[in-house]
Amino acid sequence: MTMTVHVDIVSAEKEIFSGLAEMVFAPAELGEVGISPRHAPLITRLSPGEVRVKVSEKEHYPFYISGGILEVQPHLVTVLADTAIRAKDIDEAAAIAAKAEAEEALSDKSGNVDYATAQAQLLDAIMQLRTLDRYRKRGE
Amino acid sequence: MAVGKEIRTKISSIKNTQKITRAMEMVAASKMRKTKDRMQATRPYSKKIGQIIKHLAHANPEYKHPFLISRETKRVGLIVVSSDRGLCGGLNSNLFRKTLGKLVEWENAGIEVDVCTIGTKGSSFFSNLKTNLVGQVSKLGDVPHLQDIVGIIKIMLDLYNEGKIDQLYIANNDFVNTMTQRPVIEQLLPIIASDIEENIKGHWDYIYEPDAKDVLDYLLVRYIESIVYQGLVENNACEQAARMVAMKSASDNAGNLIGELQLVYNKARQAAITQEISEIVAGAAAV
Repeated sequence: MTMTVHVDIVSAEKEIFSGLAEMVFAPAELGEVGISPRHAPLITRLSPGEVRVKVSEKEHYPFYISGGILEVQPHLVTVLADTAIRAKDIDEAAAIAAKAEAEEALSDKSGNVDYATAQAQLLDAIMQLRTLDRYRKRGE
Repeated sequence: MAVGKEIRTKISSIKNTQKITRAMEMVAASKMRKTKDRMQATRPYSKKIGQIIKHLAHANPEYKHPFLISRETKRVGLIVVSSDRGLCGGLNSNLFRKTLGKLVEWENAGIEVDVCTIGTKGSSFFSNLKTNLVGQVSKLGDVPHLQDIVGIIKIMLDLYNEGKIDQLYIANNDFVNTMTQRPVIEQLLPIIASDIEENIKGHWDYIYEPDAKDVLDYLLVRYIESIVYQGLVENNACEQAARMVAMKSASDNAGNLIGELQLVYNKARQAAITQEISEIVAGAAAV
């Protein structure tokens, strides 16, 4: 029997996932990390991107998160996400629209645009689309 | 018939009041369901972050964050969460009474207090007292947003970081169930390490990425924000529940009052009729 670790993913609004997993992949700030059971204690911030929970060889649960915190204890992995969406629930049309809007805002030279917000929005939309893309590729 | 005109007007005025309280009861009942859902939805997050902080308090980090170090107490900060509107029974007054008790306790110990309030009731109560009010927000509505309270949390955290306050407390109502709300005062800062869990004893520390200071700063501020936010949502649910109960008992009381008045009115009417008949009979007998 393979070793498992308990994984909890919560967003500010609700509990998204809770259960045992063989491995968890998360977009840490310094690069993507993969957490196996009995990993050393770790705390890191997360960038926008895909969190993937591998429950078994065939069963994967992908989620999109917009940033947050990852805490690892040897037998417990906790993801505190700012917002979290199941990959299959991502609204593609809304993400594309948000991306276009952010790109337009960034190309605006008039100076009355908040660049930091627009940039964050762009990154958010791109990562959502990428998560969705990867989810579909794996599905087929 | 001229009998009991005053009583009749009184009955109809109480009936009108009863209509209002009954309507308010129903509004509060439906709002309570929503605020309760919202409260339950945010509970997992604050529970989990609380758990992480508990682990963290037992780690042995090379970097000691000021939020984790307790120092001698000369001045404390207090965030009071109250409702924006009245007519919710003893909800706010119970909380204020408890807070006053704590304030007296501090005063006797020679500790000064800075107060921040959330909600109109709290700010009007504490501006009447001789307390040092450093910040207030109100009119957050039924769906409070985290951004609305980040400002006053920052005021308090800045005071703490500058060493102007040495402890930070929050006072709010805890939602036990629909009938019971309990006023509680909790210590936010410095974070106290509570009972140790079995599996994380011994000397250990986290790996921090990118580095301890960055991660802890972010995490601890997040933690405080989430506790205050949770306090706010709970207080909202308490407010609606308390209002529902208060309005229900007001409607019931109005019903009792109407019953009693109706009885008095009927008796008066009966007496007037009896008197009239006896007058007529007496008149007829005299003829």
